[in-house]
Amino acid sequence: MIETQTTLKTHMEVKNLNFYYGSHQALKNINMPIYDRKVTALIGPSGCGKTTLLRCLNRMHDLYPNNRYEGEILLDGESIFNMDVIDLRSRVGMVFQKPTPFPMSIFDNVAFGLKLKGIKGTELKDRVEKALKDAALWDEVKDRLKDSAFSLSGGQQQRLCIARAIAVEPEVLLFDEPTSALDPISTAKIEELIVELKKRITIVIVTHNMQQAARISDYTGFMYLGELIEFNPTEKIFTKPDKKLTEDYVTGRFG
Amino acid sequence: MSRKTRRKLFSNFMLFLSFLTAVYGIFWLFWILGCLFVNGFKYLRPELIYLDPTPPGEEGGGLRPAFVGHFIITSLATIIGVPIGIMAGVYFAEYGRNSKFFMTIRQITDIMVSTPSILMGAVVYAMLVKPVGHFNGFSGAVALALLMLPVIAITTDEMLKLVPKEMREAAYALGAYKWQVIKDVVMRAAKVGILTGVILSVARIAGETAPLLFTSFNNNVLTFDLRDPMASLTVTVFNYVMGPYNYWHQQAWAAAFILTMGVLLLSILAKVLLHRNLLEPLFYIVRSITGKKGG
Repeated sequence: MIETQTTLKTHMEVKNLNFYYGSHQALKNINMPIYDRKVTALIGPSGCGKTTLLRCLNRMHDLYPNNRYEGEILLDGESIFNMDVIDLRSRVGMVFQKPTPFPMSIFDNVAFGLKLKGIKGTELKDRVEKALKDAALWDEVKDRLKDSAFSLSGGQQQRLCIARAIAVEPEVLLFDEPTSALDPISTAKIEELIVELKKRITIVIVTHNMQQAARISDYTGFMYLGELIEFNPTEKIFTKPDKKLTEDYVTGRFG
Repeated sequence: MSRKTRRKLFSNFMLFLSFLTAVYGIFWLFWILGCLFVNGFKYLRPELIYLDPTPPGEEGGGLRPAFVGHFIITSLATIIGVPIGIMAGVYFAEYGRNSKFFMTIRQITDIMVSTPSILMGAVVYAMLVKPVGHFNGFSGAVALALLMLPVIAITTDEMLKLVPKEMREAAYALGAYKWQVIKDVVMRAAKVGILTGVILSVARIAGETAPLLFTSFNNNVLTFDLRDPMASLTVTVFNYVMGPYNYWHQQAWAAAFILTMGVLLLSILAKVLLHRNLLEPLFYIVRSITGKKGG
């Protein structure tokens, strides 16, 4: 039913990807499309490599020594390994597991990425306001933009981080278990937000919560021991998966 | 006697022993401070700060050159030592992590913290006093700067290491360059800790005597010229205590008292900065009086 709405366009593509932490191989020959303006979820038991795969997509692993990629990841047909990593990261944003507000005001947090791009003055103000509105946080913070970001609650902090990430208008947004540190109400708000954002942003989300993957994603990849076992529309993964292993996992027989 | 009672008795006995040792340490500390307070306060005169010393043996006068000199030497040492120390700390924490060479230097820096300060004086004597031919204020400042440098470098390193790696990653994920991440996020997050380290190191060098004996030495005349020998409170106290005159001893008490109070204030300032919530009630009162919104 999803396929009938729009023609499916591949936004990013992972091809024959191997990834090594030093001599330990964490990802084994991953092949996976990431469709434009869809939510792709990565599920699997702890240590299966889902976060590792996510962090390949914006080359976060480059920050640490002895990490090695093999294979190819394409963004709009262009290899991300040939791109300037700064450009890549402003096109592929990321939201982390724990909220990571910077030690500055609410306004400055959202303005951070924009200032890096040289945006100033009224444009800066307008874009901060827009990002906060898009992240459904504006009404709660509009009277205290100058307050420290640490004065917000955990759920608000996470929405602030989303606002900060979408302020620079990325094409792809990566979520690394964004709600695992939040209460159910905050989780619901973030999930609504993700569904809203996919209208204009391609989303990849790592989650250990299968219900969450079922609720918000269009496609799901199931990973196990560094391999992508199955990649299919979410509905299929949760109702009629191709692989026995996937079925065992989604029905809670192991994990 | 049951096992339980025996254990309880033993526990209480050991607790009492630790209590005694703590009291023993604190007792002497308060003895010294109390002595200093009583004697120092007794001889505290305003003239001490604004009068020059009289010729030896002639009562009266003050220690103006020492107060001025001490301020100049400590300030200059801070100006030299703080930026270098902070930059070295940033390098250790952010760039040197994966280099054997810099980790060795980091280890040596640890050892440098406990270098006897008189050795630092001797080194600077060889570098900046011997070649010039006479004692000078600048060399004193350099000796103190060298003393505070490792302390600041290590505190900065430790404070930067405390900044969670997620915060750095979040900044990188927005497309920031490394220097932007360090300057705008990491340094900012560690700001209070670094500042505390700086204040504590200033407090530490403010009480140093040995490195100044070989470098800035002493001067009975007020001078602002860093090429001249320059008086400092610590060296003056040292000389006056050894001297034969009663009024010298009295002035030394008073000067030592003022110096100790200064160092104490700096340490308290550092503590307050580190635990800013101690001041939160005060901020609250100020805010409710001025009617300003916090932020």
